[in-house]
Amino acid sequence: MAALLETRGLKAFYGSTQVLYGVDLAVAEGGVTALLGANGAGKTTLLRALCAMARREGTVLLDGKPFNPRQAEDAARCGVAHVPDGRGTFLGLTVEQNLRLGAYLRKDRDGVAKDLDRAFSYFPRLEERRQQQAGTLSGGEQQMLAISRALMLRPRLLLLDEPSFGLAPLVVKGIFDILRAINRDEGVSMLMVEQNASLALALADHAYLIETGRVVIGGAAAALRADESIRRVYLGY
Amino acid sequence: MAALIHQILSGLAMGSIYACVALAVVMIYQATHLVNFAQGEMAMFSTYIAWALINAGVPYWGAFFLTIIFSFVLGMAIERLIIRQFDGAPVLTVVIVFIGLLVIINSLAGFLFSYTIKSFDSPFPETMSFGRGYISPHELGSIGVVLVVLALVYAFFRFTPLGLAMRAAAQNPVSARLVGIRVHRMLAIGWGLAAAIGAVAGMMAAPIVYLDPNMMLGILLYGFAAALLGGIDNPWGAALGGFIVGVLENVAGAYLVGEEIKLTVALAIIIGVLVAKPSGLFSRAIVTRV
Repeated sequence: MAALLETRGLKAFYGSTQVLYGVDLAVAEGGVTALLGANGAGKTTLLRALCAMARREGTVLLDGKPFNPRQAEDAARCGVAHVPDGRGTFLGLTVEQNLRLGAYLRKDRDGVAKDLDRAFSYFPRLEERRQQQAGTLSGGEQQMLAISRALMLRPRLLLLDEPSFGLAPLVVKGIFDILRAINRDEGVSMLMVEQNASLALALADHAYLIETGRVVIGGAAAALRADESIRRVYLGY
Repeated sequence: MAALIHQILSGLAMGSIYACVALAVVMIYQATHLVNFAQGEMAMFSTYIAWALINAGVPYWGAFFLTIIFSFVLGMAIERLIIRQFDGAPVLTVVIVFIGLLVIINSLAGFLFSYTIKSFDSPFPETMSFGRGYISPHELGSIGVVLVVLALVYAFFRFTPLGLAMRAAAQNPVSARLVGIRVHRMLAIGWGLAAAIGAVAGMMAAPIVYLDPNMMLGILLYGFAAALLGGIDNPWGAALGGFIVGVLENVAGAYLVGEEIKLTVALAIIIGVLVAKPSGLFSRAIVTRV
């Protein structure tokens, strides 16, 4: 499988503080790559650095071409949708307005209307709350909304920052089932940061374990899952 | 009784002007959480442009719309060239910049057009067949113009994708960027719109308060009072606050405190609101479940 996203020697900085020290990773076309690691390892920073929300050095290729957005708004223009940590929904706007904003860059009205229905078919809860302010939704519903909004862009690559954060296990399972369905049915490639290693490894085809800004282990998700020692030492389950 | 009705109606007319100023202030506040102290001076300068155009022979409504376009461009230019340089600066720095703008625009108007008080014609007829003694044609016309402006602004934010994008950019700039909205451009358009709305207020006020570089001083104060009264986070509350302040000011001026210290009413309202209900009468509580 050809790589949709590839980083070579990716470094990232907040001001003068370096957070990533040369990360090489790849997301296959139509694949799911998981980024695992403890708090502070640099996972969120990696996603931010991709979208010009943190200063970076090194090479990033999207579809073999340099991917260097100058500002975060350029990432969306290249078909990269980012579901940030904390979900980033527009709390004062309705569910439907949030979704329509996800399609802000698209000009095909019919396609947007169709994708709105598609989002509601994945997450019927959102349709029930269509005219409700996003701020009144539960955490799980907000995560559904954040994912749906990102999909409204019709992205080639979906960046997900801890979709399970702060949610009940049952809700998390539902969301991961739908992410799997989206990946399978729509062929959306995903790069996912996740603390819940067992869930992430079950969904991903490739995985990288990051520790203090460096990749410790990377490879096929199945291999990481199978390796008893890695599991015990790094993933803790 | 007739006198009271007259006071209330002409209060509504002044109130419509305060409503415009309050709306302009709130629009910028919502996007930046800063109160633009130069909003009044920008409106005053726009009004001078209208005056110059009319003196040059442009028919009133032509000058009116040209001034609105000019003000929109001027507002955008001020954001792009000046305010953007202070992106992320401490609040006090930006406040000083706003006050600096106020002084600069005020002096520039004095330099270009002199401080002599000028009359500014109303586009509306001198007399009309109905409502005599209750409301003047200009007052009625001002209310009408402002209501049209409010309706247009409402429709823009409620029904157009650009309006929705501007609301998104104001609420959550980071997420707005991630869906591809150019947040800086939205901010510049917001400044342009605020300046244009302010220009309408200036042009409607000038026939009443006359045209001079300090014409908007009191009006801006009432506009602030209106914005606070209605809720600084709610544009429609702020506009409604404008009408309420206009009526209060007029009625209090006529029956309670007298014309001379009428402006005190605005200050009393500001202090009263800050003490009793700091979020304003119509502030929208954002309900959040965590």
